[in-house]
Amino acid sequence: MNAMIEIAGVAKTFTMHNQGSAVIRVMEGAELSVARGECVALIGASGAGKSTLMRMIYGNYLAASGSILVDGVDVAKAEPREILALRRETLGYVSQFLRVVPRVATLDVVAEPLLAVGVDVAAAQARARELLTRVRIPERLWSLSPTTFSGGEQQRVNIARGFAHAYPALLLDEPTASLDAINRETVLSLIEEAKARGAAIVGIFHDEAARARVCDREVDVTAFTPGLA
Amino acid sequence: MTTAIEIPSAVTPLLRVTDLNKFYGTRIGCADVSFDLYPGEVMGIVGESGSGKSTLLNCLAGHLAPDAGQVLFDTRAEGMRDTVTMSEPERRMLGRTDWAFVHQHARDGLRMNVSAGGNVGERLMAVGARHYGNIREVAVDWLGRVEINEDRVDDRPTAFSGGMQQRLQIARNLVTGPRLVFMDEPTGGLDVSVQARLLDLLRGLVREMGLSAIIVTHDLAVVRLLADRLMVMKDGHVVETGLTDQVLDDPQHAYTQLLVSSVLQV
Repeated sequence: MNAMIEIAGVAKTFTMHNQGSAVIRVMEGAELSVARGECVALIGASGAGKSTLMRMIYGNYLAASGSILVDGVDVAKAEPREILALRRETLGYVSQFLRVVPRVATLDVVAEPLLAVGVDVAAAQARARELLTRVRIPERLWSLSPTTFSGGEQQRVNIARGFAHAYPALLLDEPTASLDAINRETVLSLIEEAKARGAAIVGIFHDEAARARVCDREVDVTAFTPGLA
Repeated sequence: MTTAIEIPSAVTPLLRVTDLNKFYGTRIGCADVSFDLYPGEVMGIVGESGSGKSTLLNCLAGHLAPDAGQVLFDTRAEGMRDTVTMSEPERRMLGRTDWAFVHQHARDGLRMNVSAGGNVGERLMAVGARHYGNIREVAVDWLGRVEINEDRVDDRPTAFSGGMQQRLQIARNLVTGPRLVFMDEPTGGLDVSVQARLLDLLRGLVREMGLSAIIVTHDLAVVRLLADRLMVMKDGHVVETGLTDQVLDDPQHAYTQLLVSSVLQV
């Protein structure tokens, strides 16, 4: 049984060309394997490299070496168009911050990932309405751009967008941060449902109770930090 | 020169550029540029003034003749053809049918003394449409798609705001169903609120029509929202390429790092 996400020997360096060409080694020998239906939490102190590893899985940061297989595609070596196809069909990412075109209605922001995989407008919007209702964004806000929303509302729009398409693999960066108890419960249910349909999930949760409830394993990224392990 | 050029690949790129060079005397316009653009992809080209990005765009679109290199385009009839060596009439035909060019200044891409409807309809006539009623109907439909009210169809672009002129230029360019759109600073010179609306419009059209696009801009925020891939140019050379968010969030080249770190935060 092949894992959905399989990481081996991954290293990351940052070269600061405009600051004396300083080379900062932030990660070495990272290993991670996530099966379908499994949720793995990345843990470690702030700055240990949790977000860096997650960003490398998404192809947002370039790996210096090693392999990052997501559904058989090596993100560390793939062409941009292969990574784009992977992000469209297979690999979802709920970041901590919502980044959207200003003035686009919330409903369209949430429906967009579905339109990108060819779902028709009516079905995509129906799914978006269902999710926005679940995360308790009042209907009177759906036609407005989320850029003017509060932090917690933006986070919930981001989550609705991230769960709109049933991605086989999901990356979640602090999905329950800045949520009240009832919305936190909704998000944890969404994660459990995604696991139940077989999604492989990598998450960063500072919320320990949430982590204990939805995660099957923890991986301490400090083990991959040069000079700390 | 009508033989198709074979490319061994599962998916054929729409555009394949190899070792493109353009010199102005001894000065470099752009040098050794190579890339593939696949159907549905949007590529941004960024760099400061004089970096060669507009020279490159004009060479790709057939407005400038490169000094060396190939620009292969996957034509509907004959597959891959080098647009640099094809005849001028053939290239012009591509410019009317399969390509579109959105200029920074709408007045460079519009006929300012012709009505809005005429600006759109003219392109349809250029590819053979003759029935007046149909042409007007399509023109009105396209004005609607770029959010210009039907009651403005007989007004000239001179009576339009800058943002409306730009939207009209986009309608005029897309009405013939092109497959590749070249854009030179499409949101340059517009108010930020107008820019946002235009960006949203372009994103929707790119997705719905399955367009490929090459967008030249110096605005990193525009490429982040519009482009899948990014090419960074400096002094006529490509210094970095990659996924847009990867290049902007984890830039590898010294110049890209400088460019990204120089953006003022709002």
